Amino acid sequence: MSILALDFPPVSHLFEWPDIFFDDTIFAINKTVLIYFAALILTAGLFFFGSRNKGLVPSGLQHVAEGGIEFVEESVVMQTIGPEGKKFLPFLTTLFFFIFFSNIFEVIPFVQFPANSRMAVPILLAMMVWVIYNVVGIQSQGFVKYVVGSIFPPGVPKALYILVAPIEFFSVFIIRPLSLAIRLWANMVAGHLLLVTFAVLSATLWSSTYIGAALPFTALVLFTGFEAFVAALQAFIFTILTAVYIGGALHPEH
Amino acid sequence: MSIIAETDPGEFLEGLKAIGAGLGYGLAAIGPGIGIGIVVGNAISAMARQPESAGTVRTTMFLGIAFTEALALIGFVVFILLLP
Repeated sequence: MSILALDFPPVSHLFEWPDIFFDDTIFAINKTVLIYFAALILTAGLFFFGSRNKGLVPSGLQHVAEGGIEFVEESVVMQTIGPEGKKFLPFLTTLFFFIFFSNIFEVIPFVQFPANSRMAVPILLAMMVWVIYNVVGIQSQGFVKYVVGSIFPPGVPKALYILVAPIEFFSVFIIRPLSLAIRLWANMVAGHLLLVTFAVLSATLWSSTYIGAALPFTALVLFTGFEAFVAALQAFIFTILTAVYIGGALHPEH
Repeated sequence: MSIIAETDPGEFLEGLKAIGAGLGYGLAAIGPGIGIGIVVGNAISAMARQPESAGTVRTTMFLGIAFTEALALIGFVVFILLLP
């Protein structure tokens, strides 16, 4: 007798969704795309309706919008770029809220799928960030100075540049966007797998022993709360790393 | 050796892949685990010494965690790629 007849679905079944509209065209829409549309509408709606009836004393949505902007300004822009980073505030705020909303669907009942656990949008966002920090660096320092400054960090013994220069080149221009995208994507995949594992375990134990499901179900509830935290944290980390890269391109190291 | 000889080579390869994936992720998690422990531990002692700088320390701590964690996540990606 096997009590634990666990049949864990193959990993691809957890992340690949069938097309709902426009099957077999490049405009095919599936669950992931619908979640991105929802995140887009939520982000745009929050700031559109939050700023419509502007009052001196904020109320309702304006509270949320102002709180979000202030949070990004205080704990992302001021901590990493400084006052001249204010012009990147709209971009960083949008980035934060868009990533947060597309992540938070991981814990929303009946949706329960983090859209960023598919690689397409994280890598696109990372490429956008790559273009922005390089353009900012070239604009503020000039092409040659920016590239030389990023490849040859000051304060290193001359002979070591043979080793340091290729490493720095790879880390600044190739590893940075890749790790930015992989960090967001892998965290969401790991979180989704974790929740699915405990859900499958709870369901199997419930159908065989009833009482045995108590422990994994408690863990499932706790991990759902934890994943809500991770969703916000990953949005924050993506935003703050973007700000760090932009800040690094604006102020060369001395 | 006789068991290996009798097994279907494809199946044997799948098993090796599974072992490699599991071991790879486990090994990749050791270093970042220790690293994140060091980062957070030092951040907490810094916050306890100077509570007024807690905000800056917390931001820097998350940055440090993000950079350290990247290595474990690359191990996780290899794990996903190797899954049979």
